[in-house]
Amino acid sequence: MDAMTSTDHNLKTTPKASKRSGYRVPVVLHLMVLPAVLLVFVFSYLPMGGIVMAFQDYKASLGFTGSPFVGLKHFRYMFENDYFMKITMNTLIFACSKIILNLIVPFSFALLLNEVRHMGFKRSIQTMVYLPHFLSWVTLSGILIDLLGQTGVANQLLTFLFGIKPIFFLGDGTWFRLTIIFSDVWKEFGFNTIIFLAALSGINPALYEAAEVDGASRMKQTLHITIPSLTPILIVVATLALGSVLNANFDQVFNLYSPMIYQQGDIIDTFVYREGLLSGQFSFATAVSLFKSMIGLVLIIISYRLAYRFAGYRIF
Amino acid sequence: MYHKTLSYRVFNLFNYIVLAVISIACLLPLYHLLMVSFSDTSAANAGRVTLWPIGFNWDAYAQTFGNDNFVTSLWVSVKRTVIGTALALFVNSIAAYALSKDNHVFRGRNIYLWYFVITMLFSAGLVPGYILILKLGLLNNLFALILPGLVAVYNIILLLNFFRSVPKELEEAAFIDGAGYFRTFISIFLPVSMPAIATIALFTMVGHWNSYFDGLIYMKGAQNLPLASFMQTLIVQGNTTGFDPAVIANMSQRTLRASQIFISALPILLVYPFLQRFFVKGIVIGAVKE
Repeated sequence: MDAMTSTDHNLKTTPKASKRSGYRVPVVLHLMVLPAVLLVFVFSYLPMGGIVMAFQDYKASLGFTGSPFVGLKHFRYMFENDYFMKITMNTLIFACSKIILNLIVPFSFALLLNEVRHMGFKRSIQTMVYLPHFLSWVTLSGILIDLLGQTGVANQLLTFLFGIKPIFFLGDGTWFRLTIIFSDVWKEFGFNTIIFLAALSGINPALYEAAEVDGASRMKQTLHITIPSLTPILIVVATLALGSVLNANFDQVFNLYSPMIYQQGDIIDTFVYREGLLSGQFSFATAVSLFKSMIGLVLIIISYRLAYRFAGYRIF
Repeated sequence: MYHKTLSYRVFNLFNYIVLAVISIACLLPLYHLLMVSFSDTSAANAGRVTLWPIGFNWDAYAQTFGNDNFVTSLWVSVKRTVIGTALALFVNSIAAYALSKDNHVFRGRNIYLWYFVITMLFSAGLVPGYILILKLGLLNNLFALILPGLVAVYNIILLLNFFRSVPKELEEAAFIDGAGYFRTFISIFLPVSMPAIATIALFTMVGHWNSYFDGLIYMKGAQNLPLASFMQTLIVQGNTTGFDPAVIANMSQRTLRASQIFISALPILLVYPFLQRFFVKGIVIGAVKE
């Protein structure tokens, strides 16, 4: 029976395979992925071996094989460290506020933009709001440092309008947090509308025509057609964002923070950089980033499962 | 029908105004910066420049381009962007093509895919990555900025999804005409996938141009520093080596900085409008599947 099925199988596939590839055996396909496979091996998988140093007291002179193993020492130190708890909180505050606002703002903006019937106007708006996404945080922090400085335009305007004293946007903990959150939304909301605009253009116009015949106002149409049609994509974007609750954006914080506001502004990634590359605490820094990666991994897997369960989303 | 009602017209007017104000708010900071860069030193320092330059001059730009370190960094950035983007497009698109085949045509496709996706889910982190570059002897080498991020798994998936939407008949016709996989990829898939390729090209170019952190940690010495890293040391760390101290004393830090920030953002401002029509299409087709 087994032999029977296997020949049957062969009979079915052989002609197909020869027609498809002939002398061009899919070896070519293996060769095509080879460069990417090798690069990923060297630059992504090899460093994973280096994670062992999170359990060592790594010394460059002793190497990975010679450095003494210390078990969970660095992890114990990490959890007993008040400062680590503080930066974890900071990271969560930044990341969660950004995730929520970067859903609400682009969603609302897409709804408003969808009402624009003048195509030229619509396209100009899109060009303008997508732009900040492409500028680097080095550029933007340069701009923000200038704008938000004591003699910057923002403070001048506030003094002029409300007669208040200059605000230390980047020097006061609370203001720093607000600056980080809102400048990120300012940079990314436009770009994040793309996905919603795409979903909006996919809504069947017949739905609106039917609603019109039934005498539904535009408000009613938005509430009962547009928003329900966007719900699946909103769920996908929201669940996938779950994977980044520990990503507070290193580039942004790194280019805007200063020792003055470490208590409210330091995040896990910047801490890892300072401990690891500046202070040379290789093992401790690796332990901290391993902890972060593990949490991130679990969250990403959960978020993909949720996105698949609730909206049938798969990445490939 | 609804857009003829009075309430909708009122809403529409407000909607246009709100959208216009928000959009202008996206550009205003950059515009203000440009005006500062053209302004007179004392006016800029006193914070009198808002929406129009005061005492128009090019001095800050002359100073910036007179700094050898700036010009050297500019060249490093151009090199890394051109080489890095070309290599990345080749490696990622050819891998995406192979991976877009069904598992019964390309046995092992799913294993490869997971091999790549795992690196998206989990990474070794900063320190092991740094030690790797150190051990490979790539410090101060341009390839330290290009190779580590060359395979972009997200881009491979974007392209792969795009390639899968190309009609099967096109590929079969090419096979019947005697083309192999490689030839089919070059002559059929690349040309019909231009929106997706252009999207990836834009993202990769912008990524290279804006990337500063790798330069900061892997490049020791000013002659190897890419522009973004050099800018980071100037703008954020306030380092002014390479500028004539006498001139610095007389120049407004503010106008000088503004000109530097603007020049570093300029290539992106120039390339972006041309590629915009591609990337919207590319992202949408790659990301939203039927």
